[in-house]
Amino acid sequence: MKTNDYTLRDDEKIIFALRSLFEKYGYAQYKMVKFEEYDLYVRNKEFLVSDNIITFNDTSGKLMALKPDVTLSIIKNTKDNPDGIRKVYYNENVYRVSKSSKAFRELMQVGLECMGSIDGYCISETLSLAAMSLKIISDSSILSITDLDVISYVINLVTDDSRLASELLALAGEKNLHGIAALCAENGISDEKCGLFCKVVALHGRPGAVIEKLREIIPDCPALIPLSDTVRSLGEYEDMLELDFSYSGNIKYYNGIVFKGYVDDVPACVLSGGQYDKLMAKMGRKSKAIGFAVYLDELEKILSKGKQYDVDTLLIYGDGTDRKALTEKVKELAQGGSSVLALRNVPPKLRYRQLIEI
Amino acid sequence: MDKFVNVALPKGRLGEKVYDMFEKAGYECPSIREPNRKLIFENPEAGVRYFWVKPSDVAIYVERGAADIGVAGKDILLEYEPDVFELLDLDVGKCRMAVAGPKDFRDDPGRTLIVATKFSNIASTYYNSLGRDIDIIHLNGSIEIAPILGLSDVIVDIVETGATLRENNLEVLETIVPISARLIANKASFRFKSEKIEEIAAGLAEVIKND
Repeated sequence: MKTNDYTLRDDEKIIFALRSLFEKYGYAQYKMVKFEEYDLYVRNKEFLVSDNIITFNDTSGKLMALKPDVTLSIIKNTKDNPDGIRKVYYNENVYRVSKSSKAFRELMQVGLECMGSIDGYCISETLSLAAMSLKIISDSSILSITDLDVISYVINLVTDDSRLASELLALAGEKNLHGIAALCAENGISDEKCGLFCKVVALHGRPGAVIEKLREIIPDCPALIPLSDTVRSLGEYEDMLELDFSYSGNIKYYNGIVFKGYVDDVPACVLSGGQYDKLMAKMGRKSKAIGFAVYLDELEKILSKGKQYDVDTLLIYGDGTDRKALTEKVKELAQGGSSVLALRNVPPKLRYRQLIEI
Repeated sequence: MDKFVNVALPKGRLGEKVYDMFEKAGYECPSIREPNRKLIFENPEAGVRYFWVKPSDVAIYVERGAADIGVAGKDILLEYEPDVFELLDLDVGKCRMAVAGPKDFRDDPGRTLIVATKFSNIASTYYNSLGRDIDIIHLNGSIEIAPILGLSDVIVDIVETGATLRENNLEVLETIVPISARLIANKASFRFKSEKIEEIAAGLAEVIKND
């Protein structure tokens, strides 16, 4: 069956473009089972965006779940390969609770995972693919990169209390500098250390300029060298990159480079990813890993704007219209590549490119 | 990209006070002071567009990107936990979130504490941190009446001067957290309009310093 550009919805076009991009870079499609044992998610609850999961008992009485996440399933079902590299991509539905409606939603997620002996190139390639994915979605996009090794280094300079560290990180994720100052004062952290942390949290902007400032603030941080190398390898995408140190994710699972993608006119991040060696270790894997997912549900706002017409041709016929002539006309228009809707009357609010009466 | 920075302001006295601060910072919009029922005002020269919205809705407008920045009470941010940046404490609209109850109230740890509140999330987070078993009754207003009529043991609510509590024979038993108005920003807008948003935040910080 032939399909043309018109047949595909905008979100489907994006999915095809992303799949084609990932395949060009040697990623193989990973097809997964629809259900997983609930236990997998309970053990890694904090890794999930939401801990609400749709569960049911299968015929053997096992408690199963509809996938709220794809990465955990891929790790679980992929053989550990710490000496080699496995690159896979997926487009799968996941089932999560929407924060606003508090109801479950089925969401399409497209993403990739690179697992094994991850090196600097793998990190650069994943970031490049994330940048290219954003460019597929919109001409105006930003890939915001954070280095958790830099954040961990600064946090360790400020405190060795893990409770305080996680409170400081939560405030950093809000860019809440006044909150950080108040928390440091409450816990007897010196103004100098607090100021240092605030300076790093407040940093954001073009990578070159931010790294220069980091070199002034924390010259001895060993993570700055690999970070500079990574950023240098992404020169081609410089106009859409930013470094930002207001990270609000989970440092129990992620390490090193983490990133989020934004496109103009969409109020939330549409792409999210990073290195998750800690999650791999927690699941008994020796391999390291990096990956990202594109959240297509977030794109609804811009995608719905794209379609100017509901149909190319509205064909109006009456009682006296010859049925054979009508059938042939519809066929002729449809075969010409445009869409055609044959009706007796013009429906209210229908948007059509042309109207033909027959 | 919309060239304006869209600002959601809370309707009411606090909003007017906050608008004064924006004006002092150089982001005036004279039409906002004209007596009319309009809800949206813009000043193309200053590059700002203001909306008046219900105070409890400001965070939603900002989180969902209908506004790039906004001013919301810390109570709303703690209750709804919107995914936004909290850029500045504006040091106005100061009050506190507190537990209040009858003057002769004694907590019996042997039984479940019944708490009436508009702020269910703040109340449950607070009592969870204490390991105290509670039953929350969610009310939408006139919270003070709940312990008087025996509907609850205590209330968790905003206390400004404490006059309403005193007049109803209640008192503050514990302060949970101090509250004030905060400048918040949508995380995506902050990235696309960072220069302008940071300029506004810096202008407001200067106004706070000078007041």
